[in-house]
Amino acid sequence: MSDHPSTYEPKSGIEKWLDSRLPIVRLAYDSFVDYPTPKNLNYWWTFGGILSLCLGVQILTGIILAMHYTANADLAFDSVERIMRDVNYGWLIRYVHANGASMFFFAVYIHMFRGLYYGSYKAPREVLWLLGCIIYFLMIATAFMGYVLPWGQMSYYGAVVITNLIGAIPVVGPSILTWLQGGFAVDNPTLNRFFSLHYLLPFVIAGVVVLHIWALHVVGQNNPTGVEIKSKEDTLPFTPYATVKDGLAMIFFLIVFAVFVFFAPDAMGHADNYVKANPLQTPSHIVPEWYMLPFYAILRAITFDIGPIPAKLLGVTAMFGAIALIFALPWLDTSKVKSMRYRPVMRWFFVLFVLACIGLGWCGGQLPDNLVFSITTDAHGNPLGLKVVWLSQLLAVYYFAFFLIIMPWIGLKEDPLPVPASISDAVLAAHAKKKG
Amino acid sequence: MSEPVTDVGQDPNRRDFIYIAAGAGAVGAAAMVAVPLIGQMNPAADTLALASIEYDLSKVEEGMQAVVKWRGKPLFVRYRTKKEIAEAKAVDIKTLRDPQTDAERVKAGHEQYLVLIGVCTHLGCVPNFGTGDYGGWFCPCHGSEYDTSGRIRQGPAPKNLEVPEYTFLSDTKIKVG
Repeated sequence: MSDHPSTYEPKSGIEKWLDSRLPIVRLAYDSFVDYPTPKNLNYWWTFGGILSLCLGVQILTGIILAMHYTANADLAFDSVERIMRDVNYGWLIRYVHANGASMFFFAVYIHMFRGLYYGSYKAPREVLWLLGCIIYFLMIATAFMGYVLPWGQMSYYGAVVITNLIGAIPVVGPSILTWLQGGFAVDNPTLNRFFSLHYLLPFVIAGVVVLHIWALHVVGQNNPTGVEIKSKEDTLPFTPYATVKDGLAMIFFLIVFAVFVFFAPDAMGHADNYVKANPLQTPSHIVPEWYMLPFYAILRAITFDIGPIPAKLLGVTAMFGAIALIFALPWLDTSKVKSMRYRPVMRWFFVLFVLACIGLGWCGGQLPDNLVFSITTDAHGNPLGLKVVWLSQLLAVYYFAFFLIIMPWIGLKEDPLPVPASISDAVLAAHAKKKG
Repeated sequence: MSEPVTDVGQDPNRRDFIYIAAGAGAVGAAAMVAVPLIGQMNPAADTLALASIEYDLSKVEEGMQAVVKWRGKPLFVRYRTKKEIAEAKAVDIKTLRDPQTDAERVKAGHEQYLVLIGVCTHLGCVPNFGTGDYGGWFCPCHGSEYDTSGRIRQGPAPKNLEVPEYTFLSDTKIKVG
């Protein structure tokens, strides 16, 4: 909390000397030791710390990989193979970096769904939420450009498809596309600029993370009740309570991370990316990394024109719109109650929303004409049934309806459950209930 | 000299002029700096200096397709069978998303040769021949299907496969670009 007075007391002479010149130790003490956290935070709140860890791991392994990588269309693929085979511990560092991206997104999705469920985006935390959305968007851009660098088949065609999204913009699209690619196709200039930006963006993310934490410390943390901190009784100091809880969660997170790195390092990758990029042959089934699949499914769900607007532009608009809606969330929710713990109707729509996102992710990994299940067969004995593209369309409609209709409408219509008077009241009530 | 000057710097017009001039100067300077910083990302001179290519059609037999790299993109050179040509001509162009007759897409007298830029007009993947429902190309990325004239028939792509600028130097030789 911003109105929390500093309790830092420099003890040694050097601390006093520094504190009157640059109070950096005081800032760290007030932010990470004495900082008051709501005492009812559950394990869903540990993912903020886990995400900082992820960013640190990606930057460290990334800087090391850049020492051995060659950003050139003729040499990039071989330099990555050299990292895997010849560079000391290169295999380990690259697998940590590649799987680290997946773990990073896994953690950020839990962090975002947690914010959604407990209303952490609602006043006064709108700016905090927006900064988080910016970080997420930068993560997508960074991950995409990083995936291009090994210059395998999936890298290449991922870059082709994503840069061509820009080409869907009417009139100026093709010129912007050529500008972005630095040529008339994805080639060496594209690879070089992606490498440059892939190295830059993580530090931009780190900068926005500082703003995100700053904004968090101005308004204070939300908590599972959604009730603001009212007295000192509601809080516990960050150290040791939150640090130890975050630390334990990090250990479990790192165990899962290590299982992937050491036992299934390619489980989330694609075999086609071990084939060098070939501009003349697209692999028969191209898909993005798993963390982009829901948006990819939305992109492919639009197979029809609306009036003069072609399906291609509609698909691209829908995909970017799906991300833009996350930014608009604080102004779409009309409910006065933050936590869905006290929103008996909305919580079920939330569960459906999580399932819709997972469903879209599954659809994104399938071919559009595949069948989800077959009902009957046609005259030639081919199975007929629910096509993946139809399921994608259904789930995409729910995705948009959740933000644009359900969020504003349920907030006005719903009868929320009684909200506890304070965090302490909620904790004591839960404690009494447990005792019987 | 007896009366002290009290309104130094109080002339609003002069101050406004300086603010506006300084502001306009800064904007102009920023624009001049932006030109090279943005322009450097456009294709470099060596990328632009891509020569046209000549291709010997005798290398392609009936029912076959050659894929040649041209300006960093795949170029399809297909020697169409009579059945493929007949199918392409039989289509009622009113039913097409991007209406074009087969004759507009080939050179008169050389209608067996179809030359296309092998880049899906949806998002730039390379379509494969012979796996769609229309006898032509199928894009593995998002399922666009093209017929034996390279025209879009189904799926998200908005346009027909592009026919590049090319001329016949002789009956068996073309120059592309």
